[in-house]
Amino acid sequence: MALLEIRHMTHYFGGLRAVHDYNLDIEPGQVRGLIGPNGAGKTTIFNLITGIHRPGEGRILLDGEELVGRQPHEIAARGLGRTFQDLRLWRHMTVLDHVKMARYSKIGYGLVGAFFSTPRRNREEAQIEEKARELLEMMNISHLADQMVPNLPYGAQRRVEMARALSTEPKILFLDEPTAGMNPEELIQMMGIIRRVREQLGLAIFLIEHRLKMVMELCEIIQTLVFGEVIAEGPPDDIKNNPAVIEAYLGKEIVE
Amino acid sequence: MVEMNDAHAMKTKGARGRLRRFFSGIPVLGWLLGALVAVVLEHYLGDPLVDRIGLDKIPVLFGAVIILKKPLMIPGAAVFLLLIYVIPIAVVARAGKTLSNRLAGALMRFPIAVPALVHLGLLYGAIHIWSDVSAYRVLTLKLTFVAIMLTLSLNVINGYMGEFSCSHPGFMALGAYGASVFTVLLFSSDRLFGDPLLPEALGPFLFPAGLIFGGLIASLGALVIAIPSFRTRGDYLAIISLAFLFIVKSMIENLEFVGGPRGLSGQPNYANLPTVFIWTVLCVWIINNFVRSTLGKALNAVRDDEVAADAMTVNTRRTKMVAFMFAAFWAGVAGGIYAHVLRYVNPGTFGIQKLAEVLAMVYFGGLNSVYGSITGAVSLSLLSEALRPLEIFKWIIIPLLLILVMIYRPTGLIAFREFDVRKVMQPKSNRDDEV
Repeated sequence: MALLEIRHMTHYFGGLRAVHDYNLDIEPGQVRGLIGPNGAGKTTIFNLITGIHRPGEGRILLDGEELVGRQPHEIAARGLGRTFQDLRLWRHMTVLDHVKMARYSKIGYGLVGAFFSTPRRNREEAQIEEKARELLEMMNISHLADQMVPNLPYGAQRRVEMARALSTEPKILFLDEPTAGMNPEELIQMMGIIRRVREQLGLAIFLIEHRLKMVMELCEIIQTLVFGEVIAEGPPDDIKNNPAVIEAYLGKEIVE
Repeated sequence: MVEMNDAHAMKTKGARGRLRRFFSGIPVLGWLLGALVAVVLEHYLGDPLVDRIGLDKIPVLFGAVIILKKPLMIPGAAVFLLLIYVIPIAVVARAGKTLSNRLAGALMRFPIAVPALVHLGLLYGAIHIWSDVSAYRVLTLKLTFVAIMLTLSLNVINGYMGEFSCSHPGFMALGAYGASVFTVLLFSSDRLFGDPLLPEALGPFLFPAGLIFGGLIASLGALVIAIPSFRTRGDYLAIISLAFLFIVKSMIENLEFVGGPRGLSGQPNYANLPTVFIWTVLCVWIINNFVRSTLGKALNAVRDDEVAADAMTVNTRRTKMVAFMFAAFWAGVAGGIYAHVLRYVNPGTFGIQKLAEVLAMVYFGGLNSVYGSITGAVSLSLLSEALRPLEIFKWIIIPLLLILVMIYRPTGLIAFREFDVRKVMQPKSNRDDEV
């Protein structure tokens, strides 16, 4: 059985069919990609899986446990970490606080600890901070730990978001266009980071991306989504040569 | 940028720059000792000095009232201020710099509670001796402490959580009446509740229980609005909470067993200065602990981006609920203390006027900051006392000041700053030595 199993997921926004009969299997440690033109429903699929929207039909199983109907924070705590296309960082918080915050579900000291600063709270906070600093180290941003997020360059903000997502200790990491708006240099660095994350932490990764070069290089299996339906699924080489994909996604000029 | 500004400030020539350099590197402990010396001086030499320079009595609020009421006495008041406060504090703080730094350093080697208690003890000592001069000062101080608790607790909702709640006077009223009913019913003989149910000697010991009871009632009130209103955000909560404020007020006005619109009196005299001080310190300590913990910072995450907070495993609903009830609890405790300071409450107190006052203190002092709330509450309370002789013009000057603050510092005087007790108490190295 796969780590994440999605069967026949369908969702409507009013009368608009956003996602139709979507199926997915992610094995531990696998890197999968989801591509498709703008408005195809890629981010909607992420939002459905992570609980922001509740799918109208279908089942989502993580390690055999049903996720449909759970709150987003419960789903995240069970091992689905994610980043956002538009970053969604907290603008009045430091980099270190971002990464610490993502360990919320693992805090055991409760309100008593929060109110009275008990020894247990101090111990746990120290542990959380240590873990957070390790992640910052891994993303090469430990020197920015005390900076406020809006002061950082875009590439660094992306890394903060990645560190924050990893701090939830996910089994699968969902990356929603991690290189959107990046220059070529930042892009290469980000690819390095994704590879490193996968090698060091052994995570499965599910990636939405517009830059085909990156998807083709990183992913083992790619799905192509058009108008909420998967029109092709397979290894990069198959996708690259699939006429339906080329027509729907890359456009006809490239064929010529 | 910040470093450049600092360097720039250090280099500034002229009186201000020199003054700043002269007084740099004095730890909080040094200032506290200076203040203590000043108030002791006032206590023993105040009256003879007043006779000598031709004032009626010791200026109660640093001469503010005299300046506005009797302009002819301004020179006298200025001399008094200079001789009793400015010069002694400056001399003690500056001359004792090395000593107080060494002392602060020695204190910091103990567990954090020891230096904290020493500082608080000194602060309380200074306040107590200062307040000994007149009953007016005692009352002003008590009301200022109540204002600090109220402002800080409202800051948890409006600043840290970023919602706009208008129900704070309502929570305060619930706490005030809850605590009052508790103490009046149990410990005092009153026309509404009859003879005390428990021996009066127990009263002072059970007073904290009464305050907590009042706080819990306020929390319950918060739960009542939290459940329907957290399905929406922003303006809706403001409107619902405003409605709640009026509901509480008219409910109390129509409850005959607590005196209806005439109010409730007969609260025993439990809220003396040390009690109010201790509760205020407790409130600041607990709220500061909360907002500095990761659980409490979840409030900031919810405010800045709720969807992202949810995706990072933060239980947003629970976080908001807890913060709302927690803030209401402290508003209730502050209300309970307020009722026992005045020893009389009536529902009319807890209306729009009170709301405007607390909101002004929160936004004046600074959002998302314990420093800010303390500054806002203290400065506006004292200012409103100091400007009392201006009567109606007071309500022109204070709003004008607020507008100016909003123009130049839109989030308040000291916003988004963490209150690190350890850092506050640390000995300060002299910057001149470093350069």
